[in-house]
Amino acid sequence: MKKVVNNKAWFLVLPVVVLVAFSAIIPLMTVVNYSVQDIFDVNNAYFVGAEWYRDILQNPRLQDSLVRQFIFSFFVLLIEIPLGIAVALMMPTKGARASLCLILLAIPLLIPLNVVGTIWQVFGRTDIGLFGWTLTHLGMDYNYASNPIDAWFTVLLMDVWHWTSLVALLCYSGLRAIPDVYYQAASIDRASGWAIFRYIQLPKLQSVLVIGVLLRFMDSFMIYTEPFVLTGGGPGNSTTFLSQTLTQMAIGQFDVGPAAAFSLIYFLIVLLVSWLFFTTISHMDKAK
Amino acid sequence: MNKQTKKNVGISVYLFFVLLPIYWLLNMSFKSNEEILGALTLWPESFTFDNYAVIFTDPTWYMGYVNSMTYVMMNMAITLVVALPAAYAFSRYRFIGDKHLFFWLLTNRMAPPAVFLLPFFQLYSSVGLFDTHLAVALAHCLFSVPLAVWILEGFMSGVPREIDETAYIDGYSFHKFFIKIFIPMIGSGIGVTAFFTFMFSWVELLLARTLTSVEAKPIAAIMTRTSGATGIDWGVLAAAGVLTIIPGLLVVWFVRNHVAKGFALGRV
Amino acid sequence: MAEIHLKKLAHSYSANPKFTSEYAIREMDHVWEQGGAYALLGPSGCGKSTLLNIISGLLSPSEGEVLFDGERVNDLTPSQRNIAQVFQFPVIYDSMTVFDNLAFPLRNMKVPESKVKKKVFEIAEILELQDVLHNKAKNLSADEKQKVSMGRGLVRDDVSAILFDEPLTVIDPHLKWKLRRKLKQIHEQFNITMVYVTHDQLEAATFADKIALMYDGNIVQFGTPRELFEKPNHTFVGYFIGSPGMNFIEVARCAGGVEFAGITFPVDAGIQDILDQVPTDNLKLGIRPEFVHVCAESIEGSFECDIKHIEDLGTYKIITLDLKGRTLKARIDEDQQIPEHKVYVSFPKQWLKLYVDEYLIEGDSE
Repeated sequence: MKKVVNNKAWFLVLPVVVLVAFSAIIPLMTVVNYSVQDIFDVNNAYFVGAEWYRDILQNPRLQDSLVRQFIFSFFVLLIEIPLGIAVALMMPTKGARASLCLILLAIPLLIPLNVVGTIWQVFGRTDIGLFGWTLTHLGMDYNYASNPIDAWFTVLLMDVWHWTSLVALLCYSGLRAIPDVYYQAASIDRASGWAIFRYIQLPKLQSVLVIGVLLRFMDSFMIYTEPFVLTGGGPGNSTTFLSQTLTQMAIGQFDVGPAAAFSLIYFLIVLLVSWLFFTTISHMDKAK
Repeated sequence: MNKQTKKNVGISVYLFFVLLPIYWLLNMSFKSNEEILGALTLWPESFTFDNYAVIFTDPTWYMGYVNSMTYVMMNMAITLVVALPAAYAFSRYRFIGDKHLFFWLLTNRMAPPAVFLLPFFQLYSSVGLFDTHLAVALAHCLFSVPLAVWILEGFMSGVPREIDETAYIDGYSFHKFFIKIFIPMIGSGIGVTAFFTFMFSWVELLLARTLTSVEAKPIAAIMTRTSGATGIDWGVLAAAGVLTIIPGLLVVWFVRNHVAKGFALGRV
Repeated sequence: MAEIHLKKLAHSYSANPKFTSEYAIREMDHVWEQGGAYALLGPSGCGKSTLLNIISGLLSPSEGEVLFDGERVNDLTPSQRNIAQVFQFPVIYDSMTVFDNLAFPLRNMKVPESKVKKKVFEIAEILELQDVLHNKAKNLSADEKQKVSMGRGLVRDDVSAILFDEPLTVIDPHLKWKLRRKLKQIHEQFNITMVYVTHDQLEAATFADKIALMYDGNIVQFGTPRELFEKPNHTFVGYFIGSPGMNFIEVARCAGGVEFAGITFPVDAGIQDILDQVPTDNLKLGIRPEFVHVCAESIEGSFECDIKHIEDLGTYKIITLDLKGRTLKARIDEDQQIPEHKVYVSFPKQWLKLYVDEYLIEGDSE
């Protein structure tokens, strides 16, 4: 659509700018300020330059949780994106059954994050949880509280349970936006089910998938509450991800300076990776 | 087995996977602690409402729900009021710095909440908003406003300009046109935006817990206190969890007809 | 290559239709001969797209049979029927190049790649798509996209018929005639049965050898464009074909023929016989504006008319006349001079048609 040049439109965006400036810029400036100072109390602060950044980048705790974080987000995308597409493809296309499916799928998305953690904490327990109990009675040595692999498995399963619906809903609406004639033409062209998926459905899903991948990357990379409730980051530090490491540092130990430097690096990583995803996907489209 | 049957089996299996953990929570909420900790039972042997009674009779419990609902509603109201005109501006006009502004708004969605924990705490304490519903509502705006502007802009771009121009020619003022004509036209978009705003604000705990202590404490934070001297009160915990799912269900029920259309028409 | 026979075909979208109004297609028998170029013409909502989809197999008829060369194909899918169909909005596979789009049906049939290549180049040449063969199909203009969707039907050797569902809707006006000529050329070259759905009479007349005019779920007339123009056998055909449509005047029986406002029109003996047999009073006389004879002076058998309105359309004029309270249109040449207020019209007998219950009746004498 052609847009008209009109600088008065600034008045329309002004409320948003003021609001977001209040809740983003001021706090962000505070963080930047902290990240370059060593603060003992209100009257005793020393400028330390990039020292906290150096410290943080060399901090093994942070490096470990960064690696864990990337592995976690990688698996989240690897499982949830294909599974979400598959679920969307399997959903009924119209009628009351489609509405019912939509509602049921959306439920996990609307449960408070700590309740999600609680649900799986209970569900996975070997004594009172159906899931853990079943695995144990099938003869598996499963305990998410003591075995790191089991803990990872449970955290991932929980995230898949929690968020695959979002990908599925996005894809479902993308699929509904494909006009029937495309399927009719494909049937006339004798396209196989796979060819229909590959050449009609997948290309039309591209734009919703970009959003799905970005949202899932960002949110999985910032995950805090669910694993915190489920495993508390353990056993050991095996399921301690970036947000939890940061929170421990900022609130637990009150290391304000390093925590602030950590915050900014964290933010930058999310921005950078999101930007990379976005440009790669949009370039892939143009390149051909 | 034909294709359609396979699909039906597949989706049923997935929905079973989605519902089973929720069923387990529901199941537990109707059991007494003795039964929960005793032998594993697939449904409550001695069905009881006691756990729910605890929540509905204790103000420290039920006020948690009131607090959560209050700040979520405030957040939805603020978000829609500021995002609607902004999205309109982005969808209709070009102005100095528009693209940068739009992108900057979106970057806020990428900020980890943990990053803002400490500065938010200090900011809202210093302006005297700490432990108020407004503090949480404003904090959540940081994530809900960019998303709302983005979704609404997608919907508004789908409405032809000619509609605006015709309305102005017919003598409508901007306000009248916006409220009487334009907003009803993007009903689905507003429905989906409300859904997402609710979703992120209702489920969020980290910021909500940090910015409150007593007066505005969200239900999710109160739930972390079910462990007492005698161990965790599983029944009450489960009942409280079940009650947090209900508002979400109501919201999906209301927007169910917009979801399929809404997700596709706008950008999200 | 096939002859398409629709036998006692009817279709309703409701499960248990009780009234004829519930039928999108009323019961019909119809044959499309092998190699013909046909148009299925009618206003929107008359059932022409439904009929097309029944032929192609996208829709299964609720009653009757579809026969291809005498064989029942009701239960066959579009691909099993070897039908190609071009839709109103061009359907192309966005992510593929033009070449891959054209090769798609062949590759789906596991045709060897060397043959695919040969065939695609051949068709691309006919459709003048050689220059864009390796471009992404997504970036083509609407008419090129429509050519690509047509091409996907043409690459297959085994296609028994190509069906077109208003294929020129989204094409720019100045490109329409070009594509139409291309279609005509392809029809001559390939000798394939083609059925072309449209609501545009000009499009139908330029493309098709024979037009089936549909109205309210029925094929009301099937004939050459000339037949439809000169001898519409239903009042609707008269209205719909021609611009402006046929004049119809309600008339009543009288001794020796029909009359209105005191003017008597004698009818042939054959027609009189039919008139005597039917009880209905729904009688109409019809004449095309082109055939109304207009002159400045009164001549034998002419009637005086008031001129209500003259519309000058460049190469000809449409005059709206008042003949004893009935409105009548006539088409006259641009250079014919007529008086300002009054003219005299006469109706040549061979162009004056009588319609009983909306259907044309003809005497045996002709």
